[in-house]
Amino acid sequence: MCEDCGCGDPAIVPVEIHEHILAGNDARAAHLREHFVESHVLAINLMGSPGAGKTAVLEQTARAFAGRHRLGAVSGDLATDRDARRLEAAGITARAITTGSACHLDARMVHDALHHMAWRELDMFFIENVGNLVCPAIYDLGQAANVVALSVTEGEDKPLKYPVMFRRADLVLLTKIDLLPHLEVDVAAIRDGLAHVMPEPRMIAVSGKTGEGISEWLAWLDARRS
Amino acid sequence: MHEYSIISALIDRVQREVDARPGAVVQRLQVRIGELAGVELDLLRTAFETFRERTVCAGAELALEFVPAIWRCPRCDRVIAPGAVLRCPDCNRPAQLGAGGEIILERIEMEVSDV
Repeated sequence: MCEDCGCGDPAIVPVEIHEHILAGNDARAAHLREHFVESHVLAINLMGSPGAGKTAVLEQTARAFAGRHRLGAVSGDLATDRDARRLEAAGITARAITTGSACHLDARMVHDALHHMAWRELDMFFIENVGNLVCPAIYDLGQAANVVALSVTEGEDKPLKYPVMFRRADLVLLTKIDLLPHLEVDVAAIRDGLAHVMPEPRMIAVSGKTGEGISEWLAWLDARRS
Repeated sequence: MHEYSIISALIDRVQREVDARPGAVVQRLQVRIGELAGVELDLLRTAFETFRERTVCAGAELALEFVPAIWRCPRCDRVIAPGAVLRCPDCNRPAQLGAGGEIILERIEMEVSDV
C-alpha cells in the first residue's frame, strides 16, 4: 500500500469483546440493587402499556397498605408529572422522571431521581416505567422483581404478541377486572398465553377501582420483603 | 426506539477500544442480537446509519447476527418446541432461555498501521 517509505500494509486486527452492549446500564443497575438490598427497600419495576392501570394499582396499593409500609415511587413519562402527583395524593413519596423522547427508564435516570428522595426510609419503592410493552423490558433498573400490568381490555393475545416483556416478568397483574362483565374476554386464554411466554407464569387479577384482588397483591409484595 | 440508546452505548464502547490503539480505523463490528432481546434489527441498522457520522464508527460496517430463541429444561436439557408451554413435559420444570436474549458486541475489526 505504501510506496513511499516502505512500511507494511495496514493490518486488520480483530479485537474480541464478547460483552453485553448495555453493560454500562447493567453496572449502574447492580449498584442500585446493592443500595436497595442493604437498605431493605423492596424495589419493583412496574411495566405495562400506556393506560394499563399502573398508576391506579399503585394508588390502590397505597390505600390498602396505609400505615403499614412507607411507599415511594418514581414515575416515568415522556412529559408531565401527572402520575407522580396522583401517587403523592395517594400517600406515596413520588417523583416524576420525564424522559423527553425516551421510551423507557434506564438505571441512570432512576439513580439521579433517588438523589432527590429520602428513599432509604422506604419499605417499598415502585419504579413506574414508561407505558410501553417493549423497550422497558431491556433495561435493568436494580429492581428485585419485574411486574407487568396487563388490562383486560388489551386483548387475550397480548402476551403472545409481546414475549420479550413477559419472559422477564415475575408477576403479571391482570388489571381492570371490574370491566369483565362488559367484555368478551376469556381470562383462561390470557393465563394460557402467559404459560407460553413466561417460564414461571404468575398472575393476580385486580381492580384498581373496586380493590378486588389487591389483598393477594399485597401478600405477594410482603412475601418478597421477608 | 431504544435501538438508538443501544447504538449510542455501542459506539461509546468502540471508542474506548480505539482510544487504546491510537490511529486505528474501525472497519467492522460483529454484533449478536437474540430473537427475544427486544431489538429490531432494521431499526438498529437505521440507528447505526444515523449515529455513526462523525464518530469512530463512521466508516464501519455493522454486521448483525440473529440468534433464534432456544428454551431448554434446566434439568434434562430437553429443548422446548417453539410455541409450546415453557415447561419441560418430562421434568415439569420451568424452562430457561438458553439462547436468544443476546445484545452482544462480539468483535471489532480495526485497521492498524503495520509499521
